[in-house]
Amino acid sequence: MRRFVTVTAVFLSLLVAIGSASAQGTLRIGMTASDIPYTGGQADNGFEGFRFVGYQIYEPLIAWDLTRGDRLPPLVPGLAESWEVRKDQPTKWVFKLRRNVKFHDGSAFNADAVVFTFESIKKKDAAHFDPYGSGQVSFRLASLKAIKKLDEHTVEIETDKPTSFVPYQVVYMVIVSPAQWQKVKDWRKFAEQPSGTGPFRVTRLVPRERLELEANKQYWDPRRRPKADKLILFPMPELTTRLAALRSGQVDWIEVPPPDATPQLKAAGFQIALNSYPHNWTHTLRLDKEPWNNKLVRKAANYAIDRVGICKSLLNDTCIPGTGVAYKGHPWFGNPKETYEYNPTKAKELLRQAGFGDGKKPAKAVHLISTSGSGQMLPLAMNELIQKNLRDVGFDVDLQPVEWNTLLTRWRGGFKTPESEGLNAWNISWNFVEPWSGFGRFFHSKSVVPVSVNTMPYVNPEVDKLIEEAERTFDMARQDAILAKVHEIIVDDAPWIFVAHDLNPRALSPKVKGFVQPQSWFVDLTSVSVGR
Amino acid sequence: MWVYVARRFLLAVPTLLGASVIVFAMAHLAPGDPIAAVMPADASQAEIEAVKRAYGFDAPLPVQYVRWLGRVAQGDLGRSIATRRPVIDDVRDALTNSLILAVASSVLAFGLGFALGLVAAFRQGRAADKVASAVAIVGVSVPHYWAGIILIIVFSVQLNWLPAMGAAIDGGLLDYLRHMALPTVALALIPLGVITRVVRSAALDILAQDFVLALRAKGLGRRTIFAHVVKNAAPQILTVVGLQFGFQLGGSVLVEAVFSWPGTGYLLNLAIFQRDIPVLQGVILVLAAFFVVLNLAVDVFQSLVDPRIVRH
Repeated sequence: MRRFVTVTAVFLSLLVAIGSASAQGTLRIGMTASDIPYTGGQADNGFEGFRFVGYQIYEPLIAWDLTRGDRLPPLVPGLAESWEVRKDQPTKWVFKLRRNVKFHDGSAFNADAVVFTFESIKKKDAAHFDPYGSGQVSFRLASLKAIKKLDEHTVEIETDKPTSFVPYQVVYMVIVSPAQWQKVKDWRKFAEQPSGTGPFRVTRLVPRERLELEANKQYWDPRRRPKADKLILFPMPELTTRLAALRSGQVDWIEVPPPDATPQLKAAGFQIALNSYPHNWTHTLRLDKEPWNNKLVRKAANYAIDRVGICKSLLNDTCIPGTGVAYKGHPWFGNPKETYEYNPTKAKELLRQAGFGDGKKPAKAVHLISTSGSGQMLPLAMNELIQKNLRDVGFDVDLQPVEWNTLLTRWRGGFKTPESEGLNAWNISWNFVEPWSGFGRFFHSKSVVPVSVNTMPYVNPEVDKLIEEAERTFDMARQDAILAKVHEIIVDDAPWIFVAHDLNPRALSPKVKGFVQPQSWFVDLTSVSVGR
Repeated sequence: MWVYVARRFLLAVPTLLGASVIVFAMAHLAPGDPIAAVMPADASQAEIEAVKRAYGFDAPLPVQYVRWLGRVAQGDLGRSIATRRPVIDDVRDALTNSLILAVASSVLAFGLGFALGLVAAFRQGRAADKVASAVAIVGVSVPHYWAGIILIIVFSVQLNWLPAMGAAIDGGLLDYLRHMALPTVALALIPLGVITRVVRSAALDILAQDFVLALRAKGLGRRTIFAHVVKNAAPQILTVVGLQFGFQLGGSVLVEAVFSWPGTGYLLNLAIFQRDIPVLQGVILVLAAFFVVLNLAVDVFQSLVDPRIVRH
């Protein structure tokens, strides 16, 4: 018996003693995704898929410059050196492709690869059509209708109508290697041995557990060859698991640490990276029913919210107050008349003018919220505070929490379905990376459900005209100015309760050096190194 | 005996069919569908409908079910919507990991539980009994996912002795064992409590019987009496052991979620959120079949151990 105990004790201490050493220059990241994003090209798992897989293994013709954090990332040449719309036929765009670029499998990047990729997304009868990848990204390339190879290093993309938004769409199409695909002739097998032109190359994929990548030392841009040797991605959807994994040294970087933990992490020497980015967290209001069909009531709600309280006290400064679609400082913010600072008195007054509250009929509404979800921050806590703020000025808002995928499904169907008929709003966070995501899909009359996601529905001919004008304007500065005008109208009309903009918190081990957090949903990992 | 076994296998078929129908129905009752769950949040209804049509998810539910059943009959569990891997591969990997965890925590729980239960019974009323019973009560009362989180905080974060999550599938045996340590302990708590109490009461029951007094009067030593008690208590304990092992396997969802242990619980959890119906169907079918076989094995083993039990 005694010998048994001794042997067990020795064995157990051996187990403990052999720690897992991390190779120098290996960056291990804990993602919020519940599975490894699709590695076959057009990544799934939303923008997190682009962030860690799509834009690391592959590249688009036009890319975001993510190397600086002090300004919004501009669109810069990626695999295309230059592009322009044809003066004689404004629905045709000519892209001059970069030369001497190789895919990870050694084959050359050229016009054929671009055509192949385009067809894998858009040409349903092609042998190399990827139904899954196409589903992920085709709608982001809505205007791109056809492609033609002009020569080995030039392609021409045709759109359905003249639109200046083409670069904002092309940025979402990453180029895959036709040579590698031809070896396996199957997208699932391709996803196990992917080949792109990006700064990282896949070495091992263990489904649902990890994705291992190594630096592509032959990457065509010598300034962006990765400093780290290896990159390992772990899906870690559980908040506490991510935090524990970071604290115990199993990973070096986690996405979205719990806001409560940020002071404790900072005290323990971890870095908390924050920056604004095109994200907003709002309640999207139903505009064809009481109470939100009245502009005064909508403004009242916006003046009732204590946004500073939410961001400072509830979320430990991991967000900034949101009083519009975009945040102050963004080129689309403009100069809105309403400033929506926390003013319960004004809110009550507006509500009174609208004929609600104060003993008269109550302003009642039912809002659908989620319990968690990508970009949703801390929905339960935030919504409870919002509910209280609204109650204090005379609203009676009932919150119905559902699971994230359920919320998205209900939202896509719109308010006029049997299960959503009794609802007055949904609480969903959005991105406004380009004009379509920011304005087109929500505020143009052609985007009403089910064609797109204008569920409110918001119909304003003036805004329609401005959005269409922006799409015809090829001068970026002028385009931004037009969109700023759109923004001013939207803020005044208040079809949403604007609440906050997330600051994209991530927690890094003190060993991680060189990371610059851009004002973007995406990141550049090539400047990152992991010290001892 | 063989007639009995054959009959049990035949009865398994309607059981498994029923389980698969229920899972299929419930998975479709939940709002959303596999395509909507894996498409980007920005995608609109029209776009999703188009992809659904391409995958055949617009067919009526009974048709979809019969198609699935037809493929299963040929041994094809289909492909995961989310990973496009064959379901059988995912199920096999997950089941292996869950089995390893279940066996390890069962060995820990049953071994320790058996020992504690016997100590408590043989030292009834004394300090050892009180300690063993207290351990049992704590084991049954503590939620094992909470215990898992506490273990992570103490052993991973504070002491940095053991990893917080994952299974280190190909990090070598020692690395795998290190990753297995905490989830095994967390999962073992409840069965430890249950087994301790069951063994204690079964042993006390036997000890109170006349034949034990007779054995003592005959002058048999402590060890022999101990052996008699254990053999007599075995059948009732075995039933509980079988049930508990079943719970270990099927009820490990929360522990696997806390530790990100890639077992069937974790896979099911993920598949539910992704509405990955082929995976859900496949995993439940395999688990249900496993339970049927396990229960049969326990029943057969019982009648082998106790000749008084006769199976028809």
